[in-house]
Amino acid sequence: MDFLIFKAPMLMVQASLDGILLGILFALIAYGMALQWGVMNIINIAQGDLVILGGYIAYTMYLAGIHPAWGVIVSPIIMYFVGVLLYKLVINKVVDRDLFISILATFGIAIVFQQLMNFIFGADVVVAQSEYGTTMLFDNSVTLPNSKIFSAFISVLYAVALVVYMKKSRLGRAIRATAQNARAAKILGVDTEKVYAATFGINAALCGIAGALISITLTLHPYVGLPYTVRSFMIVIVAGLGNLPAVAVSGMGLGLFEEFADYILGTEFRIGAVFMLLVFILVYRRFKLSKKREYLK
Amino acid sequence: MNKLVKLFITSISAITLALVSFSSSFAKVEGDYIVLGSAISLTGKYSSNGVHTQNGYNMAVERINKMGGVEVQGKKYKFEIIYYDDESNPKRAAQLAERLIKQDGVHYMLGPYSSGLTKAIAPVTEKYKIPMVEANGASRSLFTKGYKYLFAVLSPANQYLEVAIDLAVEKNGGKGVRIAQAFEQDAFSQDVRLGILDAAKRTGSEIIIDDKLPKELNDMAATLAKVKATKPDVLVVSGHTKGALTAIRQISEMKVDVPMLAMTHCDAAKLSKQHGKKSEYALCASQWHKNLSYKDKFFGGGKKYARDFQKEFGYDPPYQSAESSAALLVFKDAFERANSFDRDAVRDALVDTEMQTFYGNIKFGPGGQNIAKPMILFQVRCKGDDCENRVVAPTKWASDKFYHPIPKWSERS
Repeated sequence: MDFLIFKAPMLMVQASLDGILLGILFALIAYGMALQWGVMNIINIAQGDLVILGGYIAYTMYLAGIHPAWGVIVSPIIMYFVGVLLYKLVINKVVDRDLFISILATFGIAIVFQQLMNFIFGADVVVAQSEYGTTMLFDNSVTLPNSKIFSAFISVLYAVALVVYMKKSRLGRAIRATAQNARAAKILGVDTEKVYAATFGINAALCGIAGALISITLTLHPYVGLPYTVRSFMIVIVAGLGNLPAVAVSGMGLGLFEEFADYILGTEFRIGAVFMLLVFILVYRRFKLSKKREYLK
Repeated sequence: MNKLVKLFITSISAITLALVSFSSSFAKVEGDYIVLGSAISLTGKYSSNGVHTQNGYNMAVERINKMGGVEVQGKKYKFEIIYYDDESNPKRAAQLAERLIKQDGVHYMLGPYSSGLTKAIAPVTEKYKIPMVEANGASRSLFTKGYKYLFAVLSPANQYLEVAIDLAVEKNGGKGVRIAQAFEQDAFSQDVRLGILDAAKRTGSEIIIDDKLPKELNDMAATLAKVKATKPDVLVVSGHTKGALTAIRQISEMKVDVPMLAMTHCDAAKLSKQHGKKSEYALCASQWHKNLSYKDKFFGGGKKYARDFQKEFGYDPPYQSAESSAALLVFKDAFERANSFDRDAVRDALVDTEMQTFYGNIKFGPGGQNIAKPMILFQVRCKGDDCENRVVAPTKWASDKFYHPIPKWSERS
């Protein structure tokens, strides 16, 4: 039973595709985290909760009779302002402080968000229906939900758009400049305060997109944010800050790793394997990492 | 300014202290009232089921009080419940149980929501010898610890899906079946799993997939791919509402064909509403259904209970509410038979409970679990886009025939 996957080659294909599609979605969340970590040096524990909030926005639209896929447009807009507001209220007070303070602050935000979502949307697990159907390959032995393909596609689309935006636009350049050296940027006339607010807003918007996609592919619940935070944290740790291709690869790698761990080690070790990998990578990085702060390229 | 603030704080603390010492003069019975205590999840992740539980308690208190209350030594008493919010947190629940007993002087407890929280409170009530009738902790381990003051009106978790395996074997002409199962790694779901293992052994069935789902998991694609490859006769899934919703979503998306699908928490997950036709033919274990023909003089039957509950709270009662209401009926019955407020007399009366309520028959086994009531299975059936749960087992109460095997996805519209 244990090595069923090696007996059935189609399972291998299924596992790989599942892993990659899910990994792309995780990579999107991780990219937001890498962005604001790189620019502001803040580890956002509330990342996953922003994702879930974005999901609830799409779910609310679904309840109102609008197709939840529109959430990938509406949710990031709302979430951008949530992010900016959050920055003005809390984050700007911890931005230059010790990393530990920012972890505590965002942890607090995470708890507040969870309770608020619980209060507003209730503690029931909910799903939005996309009715996108299924793509069947190899005579129905490999099935891919179209909603997952759709989410991977949207994730890639937004990621590419963001990269272009960062390279070409004025704000994008300002963000990159601030990430390289906030003080120098300030001296040269960049309004770093504005850049920080925008960065946090963009991160929240990315979470909003991911959340909307999760509402049609997985499930929503006020308290399931943490696993997303942990996964994006891992992806960023592996990929390094501000390196989008690396984030994408490490996202897909993580997705694949999880799926294969499930088949080979057993479902009960799936998440455990991910954490083991994290420990391993952290120890490895500890050896490799020099003290210099990495910056956004 | 500073002095004013200090004065303010001091006076607030003084008032609080005074209130606390006043409230500790509360006793088990205050005037005409029998005071019960309960820590309940009004916030946090169990809050929706916590509220169902509280509504069930409140509904029964109101009904019993209105219909004459509890008669002890010729005097009529009314029920009253002190609630505290345990925030869905076991540690907090244990603290609150201590507080209810030591500060509020409560001598009789009603259970919280969920097995986990009941497990946290049971050692406390046991320590102070406080009888607790609980309605929402089904984990088998609650009944194997030798607790003497714990009584549960519901069937233990290991019985949840045993019936389903029996049903599958029956459909297979009495021969053993091949079972694929996926259970979340928590006390409740693992107890359900033990029940399946027993049933498999008893019926000579074989378990071909035995996945344990991590708590954080919201993706079962790997398990379902294995199911697709191995083609079992039955797929059993238990992982609370998240497990039920994830399973149906992915089974329908991946077009997994199994002849029989059995689950828990379908009604809590509002499966037929959230997933509609995709959830059709799923078999679900339930403690109670309104169509069952049990009766009592307080609520009449299940259907009447459901109507009254709907009128009072604006939604159809889930079984969590029904079993909670039943807990109060058990207490009333025990007080009247004990004819005393002595804790041990009430406890002894609880041990001898043998009664019928609208929720089902109640008789406690040596561990405190209810041994008089079978679990029921319903199946989601749809007419057009309208889906509802219909009771299919046990046959005595079945309103509909069990539909078997589930048609293949390619044949489903």
